[in-house]
Amino acid sequence: MVSSPTARLGRIFIHLFMLLIVSLCIIPLMAVFSTSLTSESDIAQHGYSLIPLRPDTTGYELVLKNPQTLLRAYGVSILTTLVGTLVGIVVGALCAWPLSRPDYPHRKKLAFFVMFTMLFNGGLIPTYLVTANLLQLKDNILVLILPYLANAWFIFLLRTFFQTIPMSLVEAARIDGADEFLTFRKVVVPLATPALATVALFYSLQYWNDWYLALLYINTESLVPLQYLLSRMMSNLDFISQNVSAMPAGVNMSSLPRESARMAMCLLAIGPMLFVFGYFQKYFVRGITLGAVKG
Amino acid sequence: MSLPAILLFLLFNYLPMGGIILAFKDFRYDLGILASDWVGWSNFEFFFTSQDAWLILRNTIGLNLIFLAVGLTLSVFVALLLNELRGNRLVKTYQTIMFFPYFLSWVVVSYAFYAFLSTRSGILNQLFHVLGLESVSWYTEAHYWPFILTFAAVWKGLGYWTVIFYAALIAIDQDYYEAAAIDGAGKLRVVLSVTLPMLLPIILVMALLQVGRILNADFGLFWFLPMQVGMLYETTQVIDTYVYRALSVTGDVGIGAATSLFQSTVGLLLIWGANLLVRRVHRESALF
Repeated sequence: MVSSPTARLGRIFIHLFMLLIVSLCIIPLMAVFSTSLTSESDIAQHGYSLIPLRPDTTGYELVLKNPQTLLRAYGVSILTTLVGTLVGIVVGALCAWPLSRPDYPHRKKLAFFVMFTMLFNGGLIPTYLVTANLLQLKDNILVLILPYLANAWFIFLLRTFFQTIPMSLVEAARIDGADEFLTFRKVVVPLATPALATVALFYSLQYWNDWYLALLYINTESLVPLQYLLSRMMSNLDFISQNVSAMPAGVNMSSLPRESARMAMCLLAIGPMLFVFGYFQKYFVRGITLGAVKG
Repeated sequence: MSLPAILLFLLFNYLPMGGIILAFKDFRYDLGILASDWVGWSNFEFFFTSQDAWLILRNTIGLNLIFLAVGLTLSVFVALLLNELRGNRLVKTYQTIMFFPYFLSWVVVSYAFYAFLSTRSGILNQLFHVLGLESVSWYTEAHYWPFILTFAAVWKGLGYWTVIFYAALIAIDQDYYEAAAIDGAGKLRVVLSVTLPMLLPIILVMALLQVGRILNADFGLFWFLPMQVGMLYETTQVIDTYVYRALSVTGDVGIGAATSLFQSTVGLLLIWGANLLVRRVHRESALF
């Protein structure tokens, strides 16, 4: 295709503008990365920078010398993400399937019941009192999982996917003598695997990035998930000081890599999952384009 | 089949809805929700006559409107640009990178922003220093925060919103473009007379649904980025952070519950109204 000089110039400008936008998207994380690799004295002297001029790993060493806190938080986050996603997708799919069936008599009522949770809520305080006092879930690992299992948005997203499954297949299964659960397992689930994977990713992103439930309900150290650990480290540096004993003898307190250790912790916490979610991005994109409006 | 979901919704959504009676009570922990004394509308009166009320409502509604206006404009603009580049390998790369902030939690974002805004060693102040400008104490000066918060909100949501509009652009029938080309329309003319009008329904639907949630602030954004600095409350305190503080710091449980109930009720009316309008614009996009 031949393009005129003006059209080519236009495209160059578009690329330049996009370059600006995407740089703005990654620069903040470059700052975190660079700081994690800068020594405390360099930070004190020159401040944070976008490129580590003299790479220094003492921040990482400090965190990894005494990794129990980080590992435990990883454990909590992995456990809640795995269990939450698996159970969530089952709960969601089982609710979405009848909703997608035109022959289900209570479809409208059920849809309203689910929908209403998106439109109105009791607010933070009643929710807190019910969860903490009535259900007695404070400082229980279940409190990091249960509240997010049933999610109206995910259920409607799944319903949209399920509606593309031809009813004739379901009827064929019924004629062959399969009951509802068997049909669901043998016919619907295999056909809807990509859809289930998409929603599973949304579930796992929600669980992995959650600090809110921990902020409200968790006081026990052993139940602190990663994101909440990070949020607490932001407001106090006690965690770093607790690790001081792990530092080699002769290290000057003032050169203790507090700032870089904090940023190193942040990167160690988000790094692996960032790659995972990035890898599966196309599933997120599909989920968003399909369910955007209802979200 | 739906029983597990129904049960969970009952426990974590419907049961707390019953708790809204708290808004009309003088809550005491030792008595619990049911046994606390009724106080009528006084919790609401207290909130609306306090000097906080105006500030919080202004921040919540004002900032949400700014986020919406800036976010929509920029993402539609970026989607249009990407549409011009369609077929180029880089489009995918751009989208991937723009999507990146979507995967971060507000906690992590607050770390990244701190690296820029820290008074002593932040990158922005270093830049100011090089340019010969006075350094700014970002975390104590409230009037900068509407800009910072808007930047953060738009930054995090850009990839998500662009995906929506770009998908809508791709769905536009090529015949329209061909017809426009035959009529001799220039690039700008095509965008103004074909692309934007075709995109308008989805833009409108998105905007309306967001307006329906105008009273709901993104708690993480307003909680972590300003680092709960009291001097910034003037521009960073919103309904959601106010209610959380009522529960965890100040202990004004009844007032907090009343504020929430106000938020939920007005929110319900707004989303219902927005939905009515959406049904007129684009039937299939309506929530109900």
